[in-house]
Amino acid sequence: MLHIYCPYCEEYREEEEFRPKGEAHIARPAEPEATSDEAWGDYLFFRKNPRGLHHEQWYHAAGCRKFFNATRDTVSYQILETYKAGQQPTVSAAASGKKVAK
Amino acid sequence: MSQRNRLEQGGRIDRSRPLRFSFNGVGYQGFAGDTLASALLANGVDIVNRSFKYARVRGIVAAGAEEPNAVVQLGATEASQVPNVRATQQALYDGLTASSTNGWPNVDRDLMGVIGKVGGKFMPPGFYYKTFMSPASMWPKYEKYIRKAAGLGRSPRERDPDIYDHINRHCDVLVVGAGPAGLAAALVAARAGARVILCDEQEEMGGSLLDSREPIDGRPAADWVTAVLQELGAMPDVLLLPRTTANGYHDHNFVTLHERRTEHLADLAPLQNGRRTVRARMHRVRAGQVILATGTHERPLVYANNDVPGNMIAGAVSAYIHRYGVVPGQRLVLSTSNDHAYRAALDWREAGREVVAIVDARENPDGDLVAEARKRGIRIIAGSAVIETRGSRRVSSALVARIDVAGFKVRGAVEELACDTVASSGGYSPVVHLAAHTGARPEWRDDILGFVPGKVKGLIPAGGVNGVLTLADVLADGVEAGSRALIETGYRGVAVRLPEVRRVREGKAAALYQVPHVKPAMRAPKQFVDQQNDVTAAGIELATREGFESIEHVKRYTGMGFGTDQGKLGNINGMAIAARCLGQTIPETGTTVFRPNYTPITFGAIAGRHCGEFFDPRRYTALHAWHVERGAKFEEVGQWMRPWYFPRGNETMHEAVQRECRAVRENVGILDASTLGKIEIQGKDAREFLNRLYTNAWTKLDVGKARYGLMCKDDGMIMDDGVTACLGENHFHMTTTTGGAAGVLDWMEMWHQTEWPELEVYFNSVTDHWAAMALNGPNARKLLAELTDIDLSKDKFGFMDWREGTVAGVPARVFRISFTGELSYEINVQANHAMHVWKALFEKGEKYGLTPYGTETMHVLRAEKGFVIIGQDTDGSVTPEDLGMQWCVGYKKPFSWIGRRALSRPDTKRTDRKQLVGLKPLDGKLVLDEGAQIVLDKEVKIPMPMVGHVTSSYFSPTLGHSFALALLKGGSQRIGQTVYLPMADGRVHAAEVVSPVFYDPNGDRHHV
Repeated sequence: MLHIYCPYCEEYREEEEFRPKGEAHIARPAEPEATSDEAWGDYLFFRKNPRGLHHEQWYHAAGCRKFFNATRDTVSYQILETYKAGQQPTVSAAASGKKVAK
Repeated sequence: MSQRNRLEQGGRIDRSRPLRFSFNGVGYQGFAGDTLASALLANGVDIVNRSFKYARVRGIVAAGAEEPNAVVQLGATEASQVPNVRATQQALYDGLTASSTNGWPNVDRDLMGVIGKVGGKFMPPGFYYKTFMSPASMWPKYEKYIRKAAGLGRSPRERDPDIYDHINRHCDVLVVGAGPAGLAAALVAARAGARVILCDEQEEMGGSLLDSREPIDGRPAADWVTAVLQELGAMPDVLLLPRTTANGYHDHNFVTLHERRTEHLADLAPLQNGRRTVRARMHRVRAGQVILATGTHERPLVYANNDVPGNMIAGAVSAYIHRYGVVPGQRLVLSTSNDHAYRAALDWREAGREVVAIVDARENPDGDLVAEARKRGIRIIAGSAVIETRGSRRVSSALVARIDVAGFKVRGAVEELACDTVASSGGYSPVVHLAAHTGARPEWRDDILGFVPGKVKGLIPAGGVNGVLTLADVLADGVEAGSRALIETGYRGVAVRLPEVRRVREGKAAALYQVPHVKPAMRAPKQFVDQQNDVTAAGIELATREGFESIEHVKRYTGMGFGTDQGKLGNINGMAIAARCLGQTIPETGTTVFRPNYTPITFGAIAGRHCGEFFDPRRYTALHAWHVERGAKFEEVGQWMRPWYFPRGNETMHEAVQRECRAVRENVGILDASTLGKIEIQGKDAREFLNRLYTNAWTKLDVGKARYGLMCKDDGMIMDDGVTACLGENHFHMTTTTGGAAGVLDWMEMWHQTEWPELEVYFNSVTDHWAAMALNGPNARKLLAELTDIDLSKDKFGFMDWREGTVAGVPARVFRISFTGELSYEINVQANHAMHVWKALFEKGEKYGLTPYGTETMHVLRAEKGFVIIGQDTDGSVTPEDLGMQWCVGYKKPFSWIGRRALSRPDTKRTDRKQLVGLKPLDGKLVLDEGAQIVLDKEVKIPMPMVGHVTSSYFSPTLGHSFALALLKGGSQRIGQTVYLPMADGRVHAAEVVSPVFYDPNGDRHHV
């Protein structure tokens, strides 16, 4: 069971309070009607599944009800950072020297 | 009753407290402090089981968790049956009842034993699959008999009367294992003031110190254990958990500890003040640092017929003598690759029994223990090993030969030594299991001939598991680990004096994993690597020859280290054998993955209190007591208990539902609608948010009005629906489906927080705060008028309006919305006023024939109107247009709302998508099965294209015939056609495709 630091509550809480919401930083196209079918399909359905660092969205469902992001190593399950929605990660695959599948 | 192997004195047992027990139906006696295994050995019971595959007789091999054979079924009654208990870990209590898990009809005469003996050579890995593979259709039959013959523990057929629970814990330092390293580490951490949990799987804490020959501070090691435990036990921030196995090591230092609280006392947990105490408890520990002090498991040597009862690991011999005062035989031969195992021979001699010989694989053994053995005149045969034991039900002799370890061959004459016990030691494998649970691969160390834990954040291995083997070093390593844990958790360490221990000089051990035989492994008698899974050296060799090169594949092909065993005794030997056969080194071959649980735990402990009524929480409306009193039948919706129907007298469900339907259509009925999800939405951008969330437009909804809305996901598929009312310019009251309430709130939060944080809008769930009562039927207005100050006239309070006022004297919001097609008022009051209002309605309602109705009637009435239920008539692949609800889609809204873009994808524009239609069975009495598949061809030939399915189906008393809703490919173009519904029993029903609105298509009934 993961131990997750909620950047809003500013404390570690048990995974049972959270729900994973998949890959983070997926922006909805600003002008959906001007987006091609293919690009819209990519936005809807295509997600990364890296071996290594993954920026992902979590929801403190049984806590503050805030959405935030985490950078997690999908091999070791270590969480390297959590940060608020709208912020950018400080740990990236390139910086850590880890490979991230494209 | 004789305990012929029991010593007159010694051991940590209480001879003044004899205990009776039964094994395989035979009564025996042991003493308080015994394990089931030590008591069986004391009584001279050699055969404790039949092996899993070959059904060979098996005896006790070890003294702890690593025991492969003495795995028993426990329980005096059917309800208290516990499978897969290791006799070596089960404390004896008076009246204990156990039996072997394998062996049919019994362990002494076993049917499979004959097959195993005769056919043993012909049962290589994959035997069953290779032999019984054809015809494939017969496999289920073969399997049934094979499983019966193989046998494993069985679960009880009656309800377990015991209770179990869970407890969450946090600590700075969790120490797993209370041997020398664990005790030293715990002491260091505790003295510095850290919160410490120390757990140990055995009956008594102390680990190897309980059978140690080496004094600590000049006194028996066990005295030091007692003193340390006393000091720790007196500290308020230290929790000592004996009989507690760390069964799983999970992410981020989360460790589950399985504490057996009463299993050493009785068959069932004892009563306390008339209530059963907790049998087992799962501690869910989040630890700052975990000190792993799990020690080592001694590796047995792999030689021919090494499974005949009387073959044991050397350390177990010492443990039985020192801890239980039991010498498990008369004449011992010790076969070893190292010095440490010499203790077994010295202990045996001191217990007054004969040591025939120590057979040492090394050419020149020369440590302190070797010298002591020589001094006592014990015969030492160097450069040799026991290559085979003889005996059918107990060892009768050992074959000893000079061996060439590096060349893997026997190089001299074979000598036969008469004996009844062969103790063997091939070295010490660190117990890395827990560290490996997290996925960290163990790392091989040539200097200790074993794997040590891979690096895990927050984990500090100490003592044996860290590759530190002599007592003095183990204690020092424990102190070091404790100090490191303090630094990591932010405590200041305190100086701890290391206890004085005599240093025992030990010579270098030989790397011996499989003893060569005069015959090649494939022809020699079986050399067992994993006795629990009946895996032999020849089986591993065969697996590598058949092309299994990955150790994980070898494991799966042979079964090595499977199941409850988890590779405790056999894995290192097995990997080494695979490595030799593949011409690789051991680190190249690597280890298999160890998984939780370390030893079997009961399902009860996993479930804890989450069983029975606590399995899934139930939610009740404020009117529940009334429904119960009225004899309602309930159904679970989400977690809610909703009245399903209210039978009168002996009414069947069908009769009750027909009556309730007629009451609503003809007079007035009432439904407890409190379970609908309710969400308050406030903020200056609330209206804009609704515009983006719902498919339809909300810009022009005035205060006092309500509107039906549909929600899609961004793929254009419907996810929920409901009515939302405008309470104020910046204030809305949303309703959702009963099951969708929590999900919709999350959905709204997600869009607001992650996509549109600039919108000023707030959401809150008010589902439980409001009770809702839906008054439906032609008499609804007359009845409500008697209880409210709200003007109910058609002009002042029209359809899809809501009004605030009082009902039965309490504040209420009344919504004029309808899910039945009748004149309807949905009365919302504060939940704690609900019962008062409900009763008042029934007081006044009697003269109007007010009838309570449940969800089933609600379903019939809404389906007659063609109103869908999201999740029943839709399945996540249905668009608003598929339901014919274009009227509810605001294509012209300026913002591209959630789902809008996807509705113009080519796939969502197809005209042959499944669309909602009505079905009218040609046989008007026939209620179609919900889920029935629809085909177009009357001549049902398999396979044929399925073009849709029935989503809702009922009998309508109002229409006088059965009807259904269905999703049908191109359905809107098929109105008037006949379709067919083949049933599993061969019948084929026919139905006419019609409009999904069966009743009052113009809505005249609610516009009154």
